[in-house]
Amino acid sequence: MDWVTIISTTVKAAVGVETVLYALAAIGINVHFGYTGLLNFGQAAFMAVAGYGLAVTVTVLGLPFWVGIGVGLLAAVLLAVILGIPTLRLRADYLAIVTIAAAEIIRLIFRSVAFKDVFGGSDGQRGFSEGFYALNPFPEGDYGFGWFTFNNRVTWVLFVGWILIALSCLIVYLLMKSPWGRVLKAIREDEDAVRALGKNVFSYKMQSLILGGVIGALGGFIYGLAFASVQPDIFGTETTFFAYTIVILGGAARVLGPVVGSMIFWVLLVLVNGILSGAVEAGYLPFMAPTQVGPVRFLLVGIGLILLLVYRPQGIFGDKREIAIDAR
Amino acid sequence: MRRAVIAFTAFLSGLVLLLTAPAQAATADQGLRGTLTFQGQPVNGVKIVVTTESGQPVAAVTTNAQGTWQVPVDKAGRYKVTLDVATLPKNAAVRGGNNVRTPTVYEGNMSTVLFALQPKAAPGQPAEEEGGESSFWTQAAQLAFEGLNLGLIIALAALGLSLIYGTTGLTNFAHGELVTLGAILAYAFNVGVGLHLIPAAVIAVILAGGLGYAQDRFFWGALRKRGTGTIAMMIISIGVALFLRYVFLIFFGGQNEAFAQYTAQPGIEIGPISAAPKNFVAMGIELLVLVVVGVALLRTRTGKAARAVADNPALASSSGINVDRVIRIIWTMGGAIAALAGIMLGLSQNLKYTMGQDILLLIFAGVTLGGLGTAFGALVGSLIVGLFIQLSTLWVPPELKSVGALAVLIIVLLFRPQGILGRRERIG
Repeated sequence: MDWVTIISTTVKAAVGVETVLYALAAIGINVHFGYTGLLNFGQAAFMAVAGYGLAVTVTVLGLPFWVGIGVGLLAAVLLAVILGIPTLRLRADYLAIVTIAAAEIIRLIFRSVAFKDVFGGSDGQRGFSEGFYALNPFPEGDYGFGWFTFNNRVTWVLFVGWILIALSCLIVYLLMKSPWGRVLKAIREDEDAVRALGKNVFSYKMQSLILGGVIGALGGFIYGLAFASVQPDIFGTETTFFAYTIVILGGAARVLGPVVGSMIFWVLLVLVNGILSGAVEAGYLPFMAPTQVGPVRFLLVGIGLILLLVYRPQGIFGDKREIAIDAR
Repeated sequence: MRRAVIAFTAFLSGLVLLLTAPAQAATADQGLRGTLTFQGQPVNGVKIVVTTESGQPVAAVTTNAQGTWQVPVDKAGRYKVTLDVATLPKNAAVRGGNNVRTPTVYEGNMSTVLFALQPKAAPGQPAEEEGGESSFWTQAAQLAFEGLNLGLIIALAALGLSLIYGTTGLTNFAHGELVTLGAILAYAFNVGVGLHLIPAAVIAVILAGGLGYAQDRFFWGALRKRGTGTIAMMIISIGVALFLRYVFLIFFGGQNEAFAQYTAQPGIEIGPISAAPKNFVAMGIELLVLVVVGVALLRTRTGKAARAVADNPALASSSGINVDRVIRIIWTMGGAIAALAGIMLGLSQNLKYTMGQDILLLIFAGVTLGGLGTAFGALVGSLIVGLFIQLSTLWVPPELKSVGALAVLIIVLLFRPQGILGRRERIG
């Protein structure tokens, strides 16, 4: 087994593109679930409308890159409003079912043959990221030190991505310290009490849904730009579930929880993949085929999620008293 | 508790070892097909050329002795189908004179391409007009039949989901995997072991019932005792769903499969409806099971106890009902009938490791539409969802049929969040 390759790809995964985009999605979920107690199971849809908003604006309408970013953000806000109006007055599990259904509706429409001219069917859209790479200040070449070496395009994506993560964390930190953030936490603990104090709970929940959705949308942009394409099936329900696993792993209702969670999640996933693939190739695991390695690591995600919630629902950094997992 | 989790996982892993069935050639997901007949007789040896929309060749086939042809394609999209007029019988011509069709293939669907043949028109004689009058209603009747079939399958799965929700408060995202489990177990005994489908299905349903019991006895029941909240349990069920789904992928593979029996049956026609006999039998079984479960819920002591627990667990417990026992019975029954739903789904479509996941949201739609936690609401809601999905294909492309059902789910929540048979106080 080639331990150097395995370890270097694992170390690289700690700051890689997947880590960045899942961290952004998870920060959004943390605002919804961790701070407000909203079970939004449609985070993938926020990423999808952002990525597709950018892609369709640039490739189909031929407008500049920045307009695409604006359209993507606007689409995420609109989605939050449309989702929120019917569901935010209902109980948590209804919100979960509606958001997951809405995410599937959006994915099915994006991949449909009927709208192939706009969204590109199951192949998705490509060729919209040139405007982003034209802004790249890094000239051709590799950057970084040791194992953390990336080419100039990836360096630019990661640079922007980690700045977005830092900004999102800062915004979340400041907001949650503010009176506004305290109202959100109060809604998570006891909605009726907040209502009795004269606060408009619906409006606060809606603001939280929009904020978290927009942060998730940034993850959608990073996906589209890093891979220079968007495909509908990337934004399936499992993307949302992995982001939930990340939030719970890092610790819900903690500013840096989702970021650390995402780093650990992808480091473990890449490490398991490397070790298993290496072991299968070297013939240590004769009962496994190379194609079974991928499913095995996602199977482990399932087990990990179960064990986390059973034994340590607060994750690594969380506080057990601050988690909205008890029934209301 | 730790031991319980380990035991549960070990039980599952032991069970999946049963599933190492020999892999079969994958059946194509989607494609084009058609049948050529001329004056009631099949036409043999006509050349059909399929290309992509942009003209890339895909395949060229000739019709067989039954007049049928079939071309599997890799990807959904628009294709160009050309019938080689020179290979037609001397006295036949394509009606309308146009020998090129550009059908759209949807993912997972076989698109039928129509080439109507007619005798070469004598000069001056107008071509025969088609009687398009009744076709809308014929199609509607056919789709209503298919919708009823789908609705019954959804209802089987939804009943268990709804009762589990009503008695334990668990919104079980792993219920779709119980549906898949039934289908895959039946496949393992049917194709892997070599049993006929009927005994294989019976064994699968019994095993799945046992697994449902074990799931509650060793896993969910233990979690309830620990005082795990309902939202935590909901997220745990997502973990269970991910785990089971990838176990299925590892042992079953990512391809589509079919049962060994009853795959290709010639259709029979009853009035405007044409369907394979297996569909009528399947619907009969589904109806029978639903009626039996319904009567059991209304008439038997356990059934009454189940409804009492679903209504108010604390009150039921204080009036002497053994709540844990009732919940365990519901899990056993729910697992068994979800497995039956999976087998029926496998009969009417193909088997795939995501088949349960794919209908999970439709099950949720049925349950929510009828009213979360009510047994009969789940039935009514599921039937409506099934009918709606199939009938909506009269107007929307088949690939978007689920979109309509899910949109209805959202709209219902806007106007009547408690569902059709639910009560106001449940929605909190």
